[in-house]
Amino acid sequence: MRFLLTDEQREFGRTLDSLLGAADTPAAARAWAAGEHKPGRGLWARLAETGVFALAVPEERGGMGPLPLELVVAFVELGRHVVPGPLVETVAAAAFLHRLGDGAAAGDWLPRIAAGDAVVGLCADGEPFALDADAADTVLVVRGDTVCRTQARGPVQPGLDPTRRLARPLGGTVLARGPAVTEAARHATDLARLLTAAQAVGVGRALLARTVEYVCQRTQFGRPIGSFQAVKHRLADALMGVEFAEPLVHAGALALANEAASAGAGGLSAGAEVAAAKVAAGEAGYAAARAALQLHGAVGYTDEPDLSLWIRKARPLRDAWGGPGACRARVLTG
Amino acid sequence: MDLDASDADAAFRAEARAWLAAHVPATPLPSLETREGFAAHRAWEAQLAADRWSVVSWPARYGGRDATLFQWLAFEEEYYAAGAPGRVSQNGINLLAPTLFEHGTPDQRARVLGPMATGEAIWAQAWSEPEAGSDLAALRSTAVRTDGGWLLRGQKTWSSRAAFADRAFGLFRSEPGAPRPHQGLTYLMFPLDAPEATVRPIGRLDGKPAFAELFLDDVFVPDEDVIGEPGQGWRVAMSTAGNERGLTLRSPGRFTAAADRLTALWRESADPTDTALRDRVADAVIGARAYQLFTYVNASRIAAGGTLGAESSLNKVFWSELDLALHETALDLLGPYGALADDADDAPAHGSWAEGYTFSLAGPLYAGTNEIQRNIIAERLLGLPKEARA
Repeated sequence: MRFLLTDEQREFGRTLDSLLGAADTPAAARAWAAGEHKPGRGLWARLAETGVFALAVPEERGGMGPLPLELVVAFVELGRHVVPGPLVETVAAAAFLHRLGDGAAAGDWLPRIAAGDAVVGLCADGEPFALDADAADTVLVVRGDTVCRTQARGPVQPGLDPTRRLARPLGGTVLARGPAVTEAARHATDLARLLTAAQAVGVGRALLARTVEYVCQRTQFGRPIGSFQAVKHRLADALMGVEFAEPLVHAGALALANEAASAGAGGLSAGAEVAAAKVAAGEAGYAAARAALQLHGAVGYTDEPDLSLWIRKARPLRDAWGGPGACRARVLTG
Repeated sequence: MDLDASDADAAFRAEARAWLAAHVPATPLPSLETREGFAAHRAWEAQLAADRWSVVSWPARYGGRDATLFQWLAFEEEYYAAGAPGRVSQNGINLLAPTLFEHGTPDQRARVLGPMATGEAIWAQAWSEPEAGSDLAALRSTAVRTDGGWLLRGQKTWSSRAAFADRAFGLFRSEPGAPRPHQGLTYLMFPLDAPEATVRPIGRLDGKPAFAELFLDDVFVPDEDVIGEPGQGWRVAMSTAGNERGLTLRSPGRFTAAADRLTALWRESADPTDTALRDRVADAVIGARAYQLFTYVNASRIAAGGTLGAESSLNKVFWSELDLALHETALDLLGPYGALADDADDAPAHGSWAEGYTFSLAGPLYAGTNEIQRNIIAERLLGLPKEARA
């Protein structure tokens, strides 16, 4: 057992962190919220050069995956830097198409996803809205044991997080039908859940870092507010949430990578392990957002500082791809 | 990154499992917080020691198996999964022994560790005083120099296991005029059966004498029972405190096993439409798994040559709150039966939830209160400024 990221995996995370740190991702996120996708697509192209999307695509389709653990490392950074767009959905769509078999759709889309040329939506069964369908080259819509492809959609509806643009997918042509669709959708949902959890960890870490910095310099009653115990305890709890969620996310990635074999030392199935990670990371990210808002006071309640981008993202990440209730129920099915 | 046991670790786990399956008492032992239960648990320690299962991580020459950290974790998982008795020797094994391995003399190790491993000598922790709990720098009991040793005087309190234990270890002020309160403290081992020592058991919330107060009136301690250098007790004690909060006192096995028992209880007895209760059961399972994985991270770090620092404060807050949540959820699942003590006629047959609940209530208080731990997390892990102090 060696439950630590390798030096290469850490280095990959650091590379993404510095690339995104230099790229003004908040500006791209704000543009995306306004329906201007160009800066966001530019970010996607740069991410593709580092291999982020290739991690989801098998070698025979132009990728180098599937590598769930490396994807997790990447998505923590994507969350830390609020990179906009249906990142989770595109990567999960790649996993879905790959699992579905080597049909024409996989041949068409997987190389393009790996190269960062395609933004693909994935709308799960029972989910009324597709994320960022207005920016997507295509949207895969799963309904029961049927999957359709469509570019048609209803109007974009305003969301809690303006960088997550929701619209109803409309119509479409049937790509496949049958148990293989259900099975591929289950797998894609697990991966989407895991990467959403990873993003939530990144969002939580970014919120913590910004809030720690703020409470060290903001003074009240003649002292930095970070010296007050009430402030310390709130941040200690937020850190504890993130620190205990991240190993669950890593274990979820190992379980998915190793799905056919055993689920790891805890005896949980891959689906349950991923669901546990999603609950813990979703709640940790949201708790960090609440702490950040509280401790920034009215500064945190304003739209103008970039902090608001992270604060508003935390709740939808907690609820996307299976909210806490659904995931808790999944944990107990073992 | 992987979670796969090595062949050696898997073989170790299998051997432990087989031994436990053959030896764990079919009927639970009486509570170790009673005289009768204490004796029964002492006998169990001897049984563990006879086959070298009482101190698996110790070197073989002290009765251990030289088990690696991962093997120890596996042993603990198997131990609690098998429903084996609580460890009456754990204060000695988990707190004193690591200190002796780090700071003790060869003679001390030779004298103390053997009887500790067999349960022949059961150790109590004697740190807290009436005016000093988490703030050990406020300790007032003294060690005064005398011929060939020290005379201990003062009062210790809330001393775990002391009601029935044989010996104790603790900190005493040996240089009353030391310039700072952390200085001039000496770490000593002392007898509880000396005529100059009075042990008054204190009932905890359930009335059982889980701890005691100690009145020391010139109890003699020979020089060879000082651990580390006289006056350096603070530094010596801090290594033990890290153990207490961190890895060794609270192995994940006890929480994963409790979460498994809780899940079984929920499957058997719960109303499936009560999703609020279901969610709490799931949170306990998630918490136990998270704690286990976090421990694997730390164990991997240590195996790779790293050390555990203030992270042990994260552990402490997490396990103590997890333990409480596990037991509170169990009591709710048990409904009217949750109000019964474990030895009641109609007590639930699912294990000692009542005793476990009572014990879990103490978790956020001892080993450094969770308030103190949160300060440590904020100051040392997040780098927040120290609180203004008078």
